[in-house]
Amino acid sequence: MASKSSNKSSTNYADDPINKSLSNEEKIELLRTMVRIRRFEQTSLKHYQGDKIGGFLHLYIGQESVAVGSISLLGDNDHVITAYRDHGHALTVGMGMNECMAEVFGKATGCSKGKGGSMHYFAPDKNYWGGHGIVGGQTPLGAGLAFALKYKGLEGCCLCYLGDGAINQGAFHESLNLASLWDLPVIYIIENNGYSMGTSQARSSAHPEEGLAARAEGYNMAWDKIEGVSLYEVRAGVQKAVERAHKESRPSIIEILTYRHHGHSVADANAEKYRTKEEIQRYKEEHDPIEFWKQTLIAEKVITEEDYKKINSEAGAEANEAADFALKSPFPEESEIFDDIYWEVDNNTEAGRTGRHFFHK
Amino acid sequence: MPREITYREALREGLDEELAYDDNVVIIGEEVAEYNGAYKVTEGLWKKWGDKRLIDAPISEAGFIGMGIGASMLGIRPVMELMFYSFAYVAFDQMMNNAATCRYMSGGLTNCPIVVRGPANGGTNVGATHSHTPENIFANMPGLKVVSPSDPYDVKGLIKSAIRDNDPVYFMESTVLYGMTGEVPSNDELEDGELIVPIGKAKVKREGTDISLIAHGRAVLTSLAAAEILAEKYDINAEVLDLRSIRPIDENAIMETVRKTHRAIYIEENKPFCGVGAQVSSMIMEQAFDDLDAPVLRITSADAPAFYSPPIEKLQLPTPEEIVERALTIC
Repeated sequence: MASKSSNKSSTNYADDPINKSLSNEEKIELLRTMVRIRRFEQTSLKHYQGDKIGGFLHLYIGQESVAVGSISLLGDNDHVITAYRDHGHALTVGMGMNECMAEVFGKATGCSKGKGGSMHYFAPDKNYWGGHGIVGGQTPLGAGLAFALKYKGLEGCCLCYLGDGAINQGAFHESLNLASLWDLPVIYIIENNGYSMGTSQARSSAHPEEGLAARAEGYNMAWDKIEGVSLYEVRAGVQKAVERAHKESRPSIIEILTYRHHGHSVADANAEKYRTKEEIQRYKEEHDPIEFWKQTLIAEKVITEEDYKKINSEAGAEANEAADFALKSPFPEESEIFDDIYWEVDNNTEAGRTGRHFFHK
Repeated sequence: MPREITYREALREGLDEELAYDDNVVIIGEEVAEYNGAYKVTEGLWKKWGDKRLIDAPISEAGFIGMGIGASMLGIRPVMELMFYSFAYVAFDQMMNNAATCRYMSGGLTNCPIVVRGPANGGTNVGATHSHTPENIFANMPGLKVVSPSDPYDVKGLIKSAIRDNDPVYFMESTVLYGMTGEVPSNDELEDGELIVPIGKAKVKREGTDISLIAHGRAVLTSLAAAEILAEKYDINAEVLDLRSIRPIDENAIMETVRKTHRAIYIEENKPFCGVGAQVSSMIMEQAFDDLDAPVLRITSADAPAFYSPPIEKLQLPTPEEIVERALTIC
C-alpha cells in the first residue's frame, strides 16, 4: 500500500497527463490566482503595518503553488479544510478579495461578518470548511468530511492541509489511524516550510530519513514528497492521491516542500533570527513559485513578460479596491454578538425559543 | 398498567428510533457495535442496523469525536459515545474549540449537529480519573448544549431531541441510573406517536410548598428521597425540580418554584467551584431576591478528587441525610 517517493530528477512533470490537459488559458489562470494571493497579502500587510488590521496575520507568500496547484485538481464532490495560514486556499476556492479583506479588517462585510478574522475563513458553498486556529485541530475534521462523503456514497475527497509543525500533535496521529483504518478519502497535505514558528524541522520532528510524510508507513498509508516550487509537480503528485481517494477510498499524506518568505505571522519578531537572511534571500530568488511558473509559461510561449505585468497590476488593483472596500465597510453592530452561536436560536425554532441560552447581564 | 423499562432500555429505544428516523444518524464509539456497548446501551443495535450505522471506534477520543464534528458539518448526525464522560478531556480541543466555535467564526455558515453522550458520574469505586462530572465545564461554553436526564422517560425523550437538534448537544448520563426502571409509554400509547422531551424544559418531580430542592441528574433521586424524609419526620413539604437541561436552562421553572416556596437548595454531584448550583443560585439572587426567606444553599460533591475506597467515596456525594440537615437550617 505504502508508496515511497521515487527519484524524480529525470521526471518531466509538464508531460504528466494531468498537466498536458491544461489549456493555455487554464495555465494563465493558475498564474493569476497565485499573483492575486500575493497581492492580496502584500496589501493586507501594508494595512497591518498601518494599524488598520490587528491580531494575527499569517502570510502565505512563497507557498502559493501548494494551494493553487492542489485545489486546481478538485471537482464538485471534493472538499478543502486548512489551518490558520488560510488566505491562499480561500482565494483559490473562489472566495472574493473583498469579503476576505474585510474580514481581516474586522468589518461586517467580511466573509465571517468580522467574527473569525484572518485565521478563520469559511465558504461551505465552495466546499471550503475553514480556516482553523489551533495547530492540528482541523485534522480530525478533515477525516470527518471524508467520512461524510464516503457515508453518502459520493466519489470525492477532502484535502486537509497542515503545516510541518502540526505533525507532532496527537489529534493528527489519531486522524491518520482513523483515515487508514476506515478507508477515508482524505489527503493530508503537509505544507513543509521548514519551521514550526521559530523552531526548525530538525529541532521539532523525529522522522524517517525520507521525510515527514514517511511517517505514513506506520499507518499503512500511501505517501509522497513533492518539491513545491513547481505547479506541474504539485499537480502531478497530488493528482495521484486524488485518484487514490476517488477510486480506492484510501487516504494519503503528501509532503510538499515550500518556504514562507515572511515570519510565522506578522507579529513574529524573530523571522530573520531563526533563519539567516541569506537563506530567506536564496529562497526568494531561487524558489519563488510565482517566478518559477512565470518563467515556465514564458518558456512555453504561453505568456510574455508584458502579459505578466498586466496580470500583476490587475491583481494589485483588485487588492487595493478590496482594501478600499474594507476600509469603507462598517464594523459589525453590537447586536451581532449573540448571533451565529446556536443554529436553533438563529433560526428561531421551537428549540431555539425554549430555555435560556445566554447568561450575561 | 403503564409500561416500565430501564433507563438503559429507554435510551436504546430512543437511539433505535432515531436510526430509523434519519439515515444520517450514525452511532460511533468504543465498543458500541460488536461488543454491544460497554454498558449495553446499544445492545442489539449493530445486529439490527449493521456496520454502516454502528461503528466501533479505536480508543482515540480526540480523533473520532473530531471526525464526527467534521462529518456533522456536511450533514451527518453522529451520536458519539464516550465510555466515560471523563474521557471528554482527551477530546477537549475538539469538543470546546471546534464543535462550539466553528459556527461563530464562520459567521453562521456552518453548524455541528453532533451528540456526544455517555455516563458522567462518580460514586462507582473507579477512582478520580473515571469519576468526572463536567456538565458545568461544557455549559460554560456558548454554542454548546448540556443535558442531564435523571429518569427513563426523560432519557428517551431527550436523546431524540438531542439528535434532531442542529447544535452540538453533550448528553450526560449516569452508570448508576442505567438499571433504574420507570414509566415510559410505548409509542402507540402516545398521541404524537413518539416520545419527545424538549431541551431546555425542567420538570417538577414532586409538588411542594415549603422549600425547593432543585437538582439535575442522579441528585434528583437523592433530593426526592430527602423530600420524603422531610415530609415524614419534619412535616416539611419540599418541591423537587429536575432541571433536565443545564444549557439552555429553564429559568422560568426555577423562578416559579422559588416564588412558591421562598427557599431553595441546589443539589448536584458536580464540584462546587462554578458548579451548576453556583449559576442557579446567582440567577435566583438576581431575579427573586425579594421572594427569598433564606439564603440559597448549594450541596455538591466534596471538593476533592473522587476517593477510591467505597465507604469514603460514598461520603463525598450528596446524601438525603445531608440535604435534610441543610434544609432544616433554613426551614
